[in-house]
Amino acid sequence: MEVVKQPVPDIQREPRKKFWTPHRKEALIGWLFLTPEIIGMLFLNVFALGFSLYLSLSKWDLLTGVKGIEFTGFDNYVKLFHDPTIIQAVKNNLIYMILTVPIPIAIALVLAVLIQNSVFFKDYFKVAFFIPYISSIIAVAAVWSALFHPSLGPINQFLMDIGISNPPKWLVDPKTSLLSIAIISSWASLGYTIIIYMAGLTNISNEMYEAADIDGAGPLKKFFSITIPMLRPTTFFLLITMLIGSFKVFDVIAYLTEGGPNNSSMVLVYRIYEEGFVYHNMGYASTISWLLFGIIGIITALTWKMRNED
Amino acid sequence: MQLIRKNMSKAIITVFMGALSIVFLIPLVWMVSAAFKYEKDVMRFPIQWIPEKINVAYNFKTVWMGKVPFYEFYFNSFKIAIITTIITLIISSMSAYALTKINFKGRNFVFLGLLSFMIIPDQATLIPRFLLVRWFGLYNTHAAIIFMSMFSIYFTFLLRQFMIGISDEFVEAARIDGAGHVKIFLSIMVPLCKPVLATVAIIKFIWTWNDYQNPLIFLLDRDLYTIPLGMTLFRDDFTNNYAIMMTAAVSAIIPLLIVFIALQKQVINGIALGGVKG
Repeated sequence: MEVVKQPVPDIQREPRKKFWTPHRKEALIGWLFLTPEIIGMLFLNVFALGFSLYLSLSKWDLLTGVKGIEFTGFDNYVKLFHDPTIIQAVKNNLIYMILTVPIPIAIALVLAVLIQNSVFFKDYFKVAFFIPYISSIIAVAAVWSALFHPSLGPINQFLMDIGISNPPKWLVDPKTSLLSIAIISSWASLGYTIIIYMAGLTNISNEMYEAADIDGAGPLKKFFSITIPMLRPTTFFLLITMLIGSFKVFDVIAYLTEGGPNNSSMVLVYRIYEEGFVYHNMGYASTISWLLFGIIGIITALTWKMRNED
Repeated sequence: MQLIRKNMSKAIITVFMGALSIVFLIPLVWMVSAAFKYEKDVMRFPIQWIPEKINVAYNFKTVWMGKVPFYEFYFNSFKIAIITTIITLIISSMSAYALTKINFKGRNFVFLGLLSFMIIPDQATLIPRFLLVRWFGLYNTHAAIIFMSMFSIYFTFLLRQFMIGISDEFVEAARIDGAGHVKIFLSIMVPLCKPVLATVAIIKFIWTWNDYQNPLIFLLDRDLYTIPLGMTLFRDDFTNNYAIMMTAAVSAIIPLLIVFIALQKQVINGIALGGVKG
């Protein structure tokens, strides 16, 4: 009896008295500081992903209200893999990726090295190449829509002037619409890629180049055996962000071609937009969203694996 | 001798790169020159870089005070971009402070959680976001766009990177003096972070100003339109009147150019910071 009586009151009193220990106070304040961001993330990511997964397994015309949601299992996913515009969109996304990632990265690398080491007025070049990136992409798209005008546009007038009688029709021709979009986006984002590379270049120590100088290495040799290998982390960063970015292309296409002509510039995000906000098929639009999410997940995983194997 | 040769090659490359940069900027030069022209002169070839007949007053009057009123889009864009930027600064800097200077269990868990959300593309959650906005009764309001863009994990990470570099001793010394976290955050951390906060503010402002997708999805009424969305109206109302369209494009870009040229160091360094460390 005695043994029980003595310790019990102590144990019960202690936690009540010291509930707000400095540790707990600190934790409470920490969570309070994080609350706005966490609430935002719960709504916009956690809830949104869960709800989108549910919708992707349902058929729902927005206009019928919440009651109209009809659970249909994997029907949408089956439809997805037999939908010719989706197959076309994935194909276009892949072509667009090939056009807008490796070539701009290579061009930006060369320009960044030249600007960093071999020009006067370095600041001018930084700014000049960066201006399109900060300019409104829609305003820039409007400019290019005029430049690319098939008969009156300055580009084709110039091409005809130098003797090309049948210049490409750019945005209005199924054969060249996606290429035109790729040119516009690459032009607009080149400055960003250059700036990232220039930041990477400042991290390479001069000693390596000096040592190479002593060995009598020429500029090309130095570029290939010092600059490129030392920039690998930067290249990796650009590769992963640009690969993912290429799958998110939307603005220029929504403004200039709406996926046309004849689906030649149709991409997944535009398809989500069209299915959801033009045709109100929220279920199927969510299914396409999950396809997009899946593809981006695969790209992220593959590039990570690539890096770790290096 | 070697120095002269080095400078010679540098000069040659500068000339070559200068020419390249001009070719690169031609679309924007053409845009500005078109904004000065009469409609019929815009597409004349060879291009008149400096127009013979100038119609700039009419063009700007039509764009700014015409039936598609640019001043309204301007006002809307400024309002949304400024409010969004301020809220983003508050939310992201508070999170970054908690993630670096407040010691508690679960901090790393939150950090990893946020990190993993970064791979979720906005576009994949477009549909549920739209439904959320409708259920909150925010559809067709500026609040919808602000709500969609005010949370930014990217900037939280940028600020976190910067705050890691600030010695914990500042915080510990203030704690010993009896200051609470709110006070330390406001009177020590915020002033120390001024340069990076300025960078975040400029970049966020530019991105929000240029956003097309959110206004396209969440706004219905013309008088709520932002500038990028307003550009669509010009395209529809002035088809083939490229003088008007280019005047609108110039008007859309000018504030960004002013911000950028005045603060280019912060913008460029901020972008580079995100690329190297983020």
